[in-house]
Amino acid sequence: MREATPDRDHGVVTSAPGLLAHTAVPRLYRRPDSGLIGGVVTGIAEHLHVRRRLVRAVFVALTISGGLGVALYGAYWIVLPTPPGSGRGRLPVWLEYLIGGIALVAAVSGVFLAVPSGGRLFLPTLLACLGGALIWRQATDVERVRLRRLSRTSLAAEGTDTLGRVRLVAGAVLVIAGGAIVLARADFSAVRDGLLAMAVTIVGLALLTGPWWMRLVAQLGAERSERIRSQERADIAAHLHDSVLQTLALIQRNAASPREVARLARGQERELRTLLYGTRTASGQLADQLRRAAAEVEDGYAVSVEVVLVGDVVLTDDLSAAVDAAREAMVNAAKHSGVTAVSLYAEVQAGVVDIFVKDRGTGFDLAGVAEDRQGVRGSIVGRVERHGGSVEVSSAPGAGTEIHIRMPL
Amino acid sequence: MSEVRVVLVDDHAMFRAGVRSELGTRVTVVAEAGDPASAVTAIRETVPDVVLLDVHMPDGGGLAVIEAVGADLPGTRFLALSVSDAAEDVIALIRAGARGYVTKTISADDLADAITRVADGDVVFSPRLAGFVLDAFRDTPVTPSVDTDLDQLTPREREVLRLLARGYAYKEIAAELFISIKTVETHASNVLRKLQLSSRHQLTRWAADRRML
Repeated sequence: MREATPDRDHGVVTSAPGLLAHTAVPRLYRRPDSGLIGGVVTGIAEHLHVRRRLVRAVFVALTISGGLGVALYGAYWIVLPTPPGSGRGRLPVWLEYLIGGIALVAAVSGVFLAVPSGGRLFLPTLLACLGGALIWRQATDVERVRLRRLSRTSLAAEGTDTLGRVRLVAGAVLVIAGGAIVLARADFSAVRDGLLAMAVTIVGLALLTGPWWMRLVAQLGAERSERIRSQERADIAAHLHDSVLQTLALIQRNAASPREVARLARGQERELRTLLYGTRTASGQLADQLRRAAAEVEDGYAVSVEVVLVGDVVLTDDLSAAVDAAREAMVNAAKHSGVTAVSLYAEVQAGVVDIFVKDRGTGFDLAGVAEDRQGVRGSIVGRVERHGGSVEVSSAPGAGTEIHIRMPL
Repeated sequence: MSEVRVVLVDDHAMFRAGVRSELGTRVTVVAEAGDPASAVTAIRETVPDVVLLDVHMPDGGGLAVIEAVGADLPGTRFLALSVSDAAEDVIALIRAGARGYVTKTISADDLADAITRVADGDVVFSPRLAGFVLDAFRDTPVTPSVDTDLDQLTPREREVLRLLARGYAYKEIAAELFISIKTVETHASNVLRKLQLSSRHQLTRWAADRRML
């Protein structure tokens, strides 16, 4: 089609001024903006440098003598690309499809009238071609390039090794066999044979085009996972920026205060751990709640809390109270013990939960604590006892403090 | 004190320098190494009392070092040092032969103390490692195992571990339980032996289930 014909005649076609001003052979395009119906005739005429009238006459002649012209026109319409930058054409999309449909019906009925016995083969072939054409037309330029590349590489590449050759031959034989059965059995009532033939043909087609489809699917999967990976990278980068860089900046500003630096570093460490390893405890569990309480005390009072947890259990109201009491005990240790390290140990045993909060600080004389001091009596002992638990405080001046909270399950 | 000879193995030079200056004269650092291969060479050359061993390093980590030299040098003890707290890593190192495990946030005094204790043949349990062990040996085995002695902790050992997890020092545990420090040490090394030799399949599975505590 790209070959210039001998009867090319420059300057004759005048309906599209400027389009033919250059001497190089124009690419074969459909001209939806300047043709009568779809711009096919105009496009071909421009490409071949012949009069539009001539091309149109050829199409009309072909149509009259058996309907081929209509089918050909439809095929060109589907396959030919429009020139880059041109509009969608004068016809609205729905009208394009309507005309296409009418042309199709006309072509099909024409063929049926002309070759009645061939109709049974013709219709599926036509439908298959139509489906392919539709896929092709729906595809974007990028997809077309990919489809073209895939079809070239897969069918050729898979046929080079022995297995591929066997597969190709087997597939081809099956397709031909299926076709042969259809041809041999012209009997329309033999539906069973028809189904059999169809099955054979489908298996053959699957053998022929299977690798192609699988490669397409695999490629799509690879692209998707690549997208997910880059998304994750972006998330991590965003996280590092939001938290780690901010913390480092804060640490530099607070370099004069070791306590503050330690607090910032510890908070950031905890956050990074959560990001990297993830907390394996579900929310609403005792361990999760205790860890959170310890983290809050660390942040709020610039101490480090060594958290050791054995076992886990679903949080109840009673256990929530125990956790609150443990938090209060940690706050007390942070505020009054004079040391920067607190131990939190919790163990879930059959029927009971033990929580220990210990520090090695100054300690205090239990008897010397004023009755009205809220800290230990109200927030810890009273709270736990109201929920049926018990608290044991062991402390002495200079020997540190340990608070043991025991809550039955 | 300063006759304890230590090899420092960690892939972060800054951390090594920090530990070295913190430890000061309390121990003698005879060599440093930044990766398993050079650590193996240094340990073979110097034959130290204690190897302070980072769990996480490229090319196999601390485990590779213990596996390469642990059997040849019975006089050298390994103390694992980790920032990750991943149970399976720590348990793997203990089972390979490390005599204890401490976190990198440990204070200089505690670290020097731990090194000395390991050099004396004792076992060092950080509160977290004690928690690991309690958790791993928590439920009694469903099927009676071949060697119950190895697969279960005695009530006394549980008590000792609990106090360790609560942050007690050996001395404090001895006072709390009215036993001698020597007895506490015996309990601790028995627990370590069970941890190393127990065939409890739960131990492995538990460590794998529990990426972090």
